[in-house]
Amino acid sequence: MTTPFYVAPEQMMKDRADYARKGIARGRSLVAMSYADGVFICAENPSQTLHKVSEIYDRIAFAGVGKYNEFDQLRIAGVRHADLKGFTYSREDVEARSLANNYAQMLGQTFTHEMKPMEVEILVAEITDTPGEEQLFHILYDGTVMDETNFVVLGGDSESITTTVAEGWSAGMSARDALELSRSALAGPDRELTDHALEVAMLDRNVGRRAFRRIADTDIASL
Amino acid sequence: MTLPQYGPGADPGPDFTAFLRRNGIEPMPVASPNAPHSPTTITHGTTCVAVRYTDGVVMAGDRRATSGNLISHRSIEKVFPADRHSAVAIAGAAGPAVEMVRLYQLQLEHYEKVEGAPLSLEGKANQLSQMLRGNLQAAMQGLAVVPIFAGYDVARETGRLFEFDITGGRYEEADYAATGSGSLHAETVVKVGYRRNMSADDAINLLAQSLFQAADADSATGGADNLRGIYPIIVTISAEGYERVADDVVGERFAAIAEAFSANHREVEA
Repeated sequence: MTTPFYVAPEQMMKDRADYARKGIARGRSLVAMSYADGVFICAENPSQTLHKVSEIYDRIAFAGVGKYNEFDQLRIAGVRHADLKGFTYSREDVEARSLANNYAQMLGQTFTHEMKPMEVEILVAEITDTPGEEQLFHILYDGTVMDETNFVVLGGDSESITTTVAEGWSAGMSARDALELSRSALAGPDRELTDHALEVAMLDRNVGRRAFRRIADTDIASL
Repeated sequence: MTLPQYGPGADPGPDFTAFLRRNGIEPMPVASPNAPHSPTTITHGTTCVAVRYTDGVVMAGDRRATSGNLISHRSIEKVFPADRHSAVAIAGAAGPAVEMVRLYQLQLEHYEKVEGAPLSLEGKANQLSQMLRGNLQAAMQGLAVVPIFAGYDVARETGRLFEFDITGGRYEEADYAATGSGSLHAETVVKVGYRRNMSADDAINLLAQSLFQAADADSATGGADNLRGIYPIIVTISAEGYERVADDVVGERFAAIAEAFSANHREVEA
C-alpha cells in the first residue's frame, strides 16, 4: 500500500483558492449598484441568451461570474429554494439574507470537501419599498459572504473597476447614469463597450410584484 | 430550509409540482377511494365568463361563494392572473380550486424562472389540463374544479380561450367561454350580443350584462353588491398584459345596466 504524500492544509486551501481565482479571472466582470428605483446590475456579456443576471423571486435578483454551468446550477437551486419557501410559508418570508447564507454554506462545503472548488463569485441582491434599503450580498468561491453597501463589483479585475465605480457613484442616481458608469468602469481606460457587449437588468421597485426587469440590448439606448 | 441539489438523474427540471413531490409535499389533496361523496355544504364558487375582443380577451367572474343554500362569502375572487399574459377563472369547490390556482401560478412562474423564458400559451393550457386530470378522483367525489383559461398568445399576437372539464379535457373556444352554475344564462347573453373584433369597452359591457343576467336568474351567482361596494371582477389581457378594471368603473357599468333594466320595467307597468 502506498502512503499518500502529506500536504499541509494551508497549502491545500491556498491551491484551491488559486485555482478558483484563476478560473474566475478568465471571465468578464459585473457591476451592481443602488440607483433611484432599486438595484442596477450590468455585466459584460456578449451573449443574448446565456445570462449572468437573473430573477430569483419577487424582490430578489441573482448574478454570477466565472464558470457558467456552475453559477447557473446555483441560480436554479436559488429559484427552487425561494419558490419552495414561498409556497410552504408565504411570499414575504422569502428573503435574500437566508438565501445568501445558504449559498455560503454550499460554496464553503464544496470548497473544503470536494476535489475542485466552484469557480464562481455570486451576488444576491434584494430591494424593499424604501430607497436606500437595498441589500447586496457578495459571496465568494470559498463561502465568504460580504454585505456590501451602495455598489459591488464581481470578477477578476475588480480592483480597478471598483475604483472607477466608487468615484462615480452617488445616491439616487438615474438608470441612465448607472448604465454609463457601469459601462465605463467595465471597459476600463483602453476599451469601448457597445450596447451589444452588455447585459443589463434591474430590480425596479415601481414595476409591481415581480421587480426584476431585463433590458434587451436594443432597448438599452432608450433607458 | 437548505438549497435543494439534485444529481443528473433525479433533477425535477422546471416542473414545480414534481419538485414539491421530491420534497415530500403532495400539492393537491389526494382523495381516498373509500371516501363518501362530499355533502353539498362544501363551499362552491360560481359564474365566470370570458370573451375575445380586438386586442385580446376580457374575463369576468362574480364574487359569491355558496355552501348549499347559504351565501358563505360575498367577496371571494374567482378570476386570477396566471402570469403576465394569461388569467384563469374558476368554478366548483372553492377550496381545491383556489389551491389549484395558487399552485398553477407558481408552476408557470417557476418554469419561467428556471428556463429563462415563459411557456407558450398552449403549454400553459396543457399544464392546467394535467392538474385537472390529477384532481379527477376528488372531482368524482364532489370536489370538482372547472376553470376557464384565457390569455394573449404573444407568438400568434391574438387572444385565446380554453374551456376544461373535470377529466382534464381541454377545448379551445373561438369566441367566448363560460363556467359555473350561472354559465348557461351568462353564455346566452354573450352569445346574443357577441360580435367579432369588439372594442375593450364593448366587451366589458357585454360581460357585465351577462353577469347581471346570470345573477338575476341563478341564486348562486352574485351581482353588484351596492350595499357593501363589492363588484364582480373584470380583467383585460392584451399585449400589454393582465389588467384589472377598476372597481368604480365596474360599479358604474352595473349601475347603468340596472338603471336601464328597471326603467324598462317601470315603462311596462305604466
